[in-house]
Amino acid sequence: MATFSTSPVSASGPSLSSTVPTIDIRAIVRHHGPVAAVDHVSFQVRRGEFFSILGPSGAGKTSVLRIVAGFEDPDAGDVLIDGRSMLGVPPNRRPVNLVFQSYALFPHLTVFENVAFGLRMRRVPAALIAEQVEQALAMVKLVGKERRKPAQLSGGEQQRVALARALVNKPAVVLLDEPLAALDQQLRQAMQVELKSIQEQAGLTCVCVTHHQEEAMMMSDRIAVMHQGRMWQVGTPRDVYENPRNLFVSRFLGVSNELPGRVDDVVEDGHLFHPADDQVPAFPVHAGSEASPGGSATWSIRPERLRMSRERPAGRDAVLNGFIEKVLFAGSETKYLVRVGRDRLWEARTTGAGESPHAPGDAVFLHWAPGDGRVFVE
Amino acid sequence: MPSEDVSHVAPAAQDSCRSCWLAVPGLLWLALFFLVPLVLVFAISFASRGTYGGIVWEFTWANYVDLLHPLYGKILGQSLWYATLTTAICFLLGFPLAYVIARSPARWQPVLLLLVMLPFWTNFLVRTYAWMIMLRHDGLANNLLLALGLITEPLELLYTPMAVVIGLVYGYLPFMVLPLYVAVERLDPVLVEAAWDLYASRWAVATRVVIPLTMPGIVGGCILVFIPSIGSFITPDLLGGARSMMIGNLIQHEYLVVRDWPLGSAVSFVLMAIVMAAVVLYYRQASPGDGPLEGR
Repeated sequence: MATFSTSPVSASGPSLSSTVPTIDIRAIVRHHGPVAAVDHVSFQVRRGEFFSILGPSGAGKTSVLRIVAGFEDPDAGDVLIDGRSMLGVPPNRRPVNLVFQSYALFPHLTVFENVAFGLRMRRVPAALIAEQVEQALAMVKLVGKERRKPAQLSGGEQQRVALARALVNKPAVVLLDEPLAALDQQLRQAMQVELKSIQEQAGLTCVCVTHHQEEAMMMSDRIAVMHQGRMWQVGTPRDVYENPRNLFVSRFLGVSNELPGRVDDVVEDGHLFHPADDQVPAFPVHAGSEASPGGSATWSIRPERLRMSRERPAGRDAVLNGFIEKVLFAGSETKYLVRVGRDRLWEARTTGAGESPHAPGDAVFLHWAPGDGRVFVE
Repeated sequence: MPSEDVSHVAPAAQDSCRSCWLAVPGLLWLALFFLVPLVLVFAISFASRGTYGGIVWEFTWANYVDLLHPLYGKILGQSLWYATLTTAICFLLGFPLAYVIARSPARWQPVLLLLVMLPFWTNFLVRTYAWMIMLRHDGLANNLLLALGLITEPLELLYTPMAVVIGLVYGYLPFMVLPLYVAVERLDPVLVEAAWDLYASRWAVATRVVIPLTMPGIVGGCILVFIPSIGSFITPDLLGGARSMMIGNLIQHEYLVVRDWPLGSAVSFVLMAIVMAAVVLYYRQASPGDGPLEGR
């Protein structure tokens, strides 16, 4: 857990020597007016993988999805699906199916006909269509609703129809555009689990676009973090969360408690970090190899890595004292906003079990080991 | 945007009719100036013509029996054919036009719709005269075709069935475009993308998704074109000449020239019956059982 990987994360994940990746995106560029909505984005997705593109709205992630689906053409770069270039191939001839954010179910067709649509367009024999549609509906637990119209279904059921309508075609890739965004919180969490199990059960290759970091981390084998048209980091959810490559990734994937300062003298197992704030004493950190002594940097730590105690801790941990400013009880855990400086408010968390809660105004000590935080060199 | 409420069909919550009295003036107007004359015409259609063109109030089926004469049958058939052809051409021209307008940038749409309706700013009779000038022997159309070398002799354009259909299409195309525009504007573009993504060719996207989902607009447009077309009399009168008589001309002829009001009334009611039948047929065609007309 506490080990700190300093090796840069490979953009294509573990090496794939012989097999052709299902999706191979090569330096695509897409301009919307003068702005590069997609700026030299490259990534690969392996068969059976759940790959998420995570980013704030306007990051260009939907453009990437639409380029893969064929609704938009890249200004430069190439899109390969199963080793074949898709440039100039219209959406109806690409082996991909898109699950739209609004589901885009055909309101005039029944659930059965919605799911059967793709098969009918490919002139699959009727007997086979009935069989495959039933299989797909069974997979999304919608058997018995074949004759309903989309308007007669709940939001969750509509989502399942949209999913079934895509996966019934057995596409090389299922593209998901904010698939759960329209669902309420509880349904959303249930569908995350279900979508993931359907994906594993059917062996689907999925590329999912979302702005919801928890969703991306829970469902994905790998995540790509996108911002301002560029991909900043690609890796497993744990890797991206624990070893963010820069401050943007760190902040976007979770809460980042930060101290500006500079990296200095080499100590026994790393460097010494000197916060710009004189009130905070220097402490040892594991800076990456890129950290050159003297350079300005920002140190960041996740809330769950901060330990909090009423007494000054013994031992070699770095310590910062502060006051509880706000207590946010969230059931399974409690979040504390701790004032650790005139204009610095940090977040710490405790699980609810077996501890007496702190109250606003309490003086506390926050402490951490050298490997708990991360240094970002500017 | 319409994409949000695809799934929701608001149930019509209507209980008491507290504001029904608001409809009274309109209903009164219709009763007085529409229903009463209609009943009068209906009554006249069962009377007979006096020697000097008056009305003899003796009940008879004779007017309707007279209409079975092949001559009237030909005029009826001709009218049906012209109106159907006009409706079909208006649809083929109007649908792509409405689609393009509805999918153009929002700030252009009012301008484009205004352009579609621009002809209405001028009197219909004047516009029909303009067509006479264009289509006549030494008119604009012939001169243009001659100049381009496409023909060597001026074509007989005016006073032909083609001239009538051209005039009707010209006159009623906006009636087709407006309801189609509304229907296409309400069609969520993402449904078109979904169909395209699900292997549908452009033709399949049009026939399986766009046309079924815009059917209310198509039915509305067709009815709005068909009804005035089949009853029109200015256009066939001015552009069609004697050979291209339509029901409207027959009615006018019976009322004003022959002064046979009972027969004219009977023809009027036959026309109404045809229109009614056509409307019912269109709706049937558009909504087989639980079609798109309900729910959206």
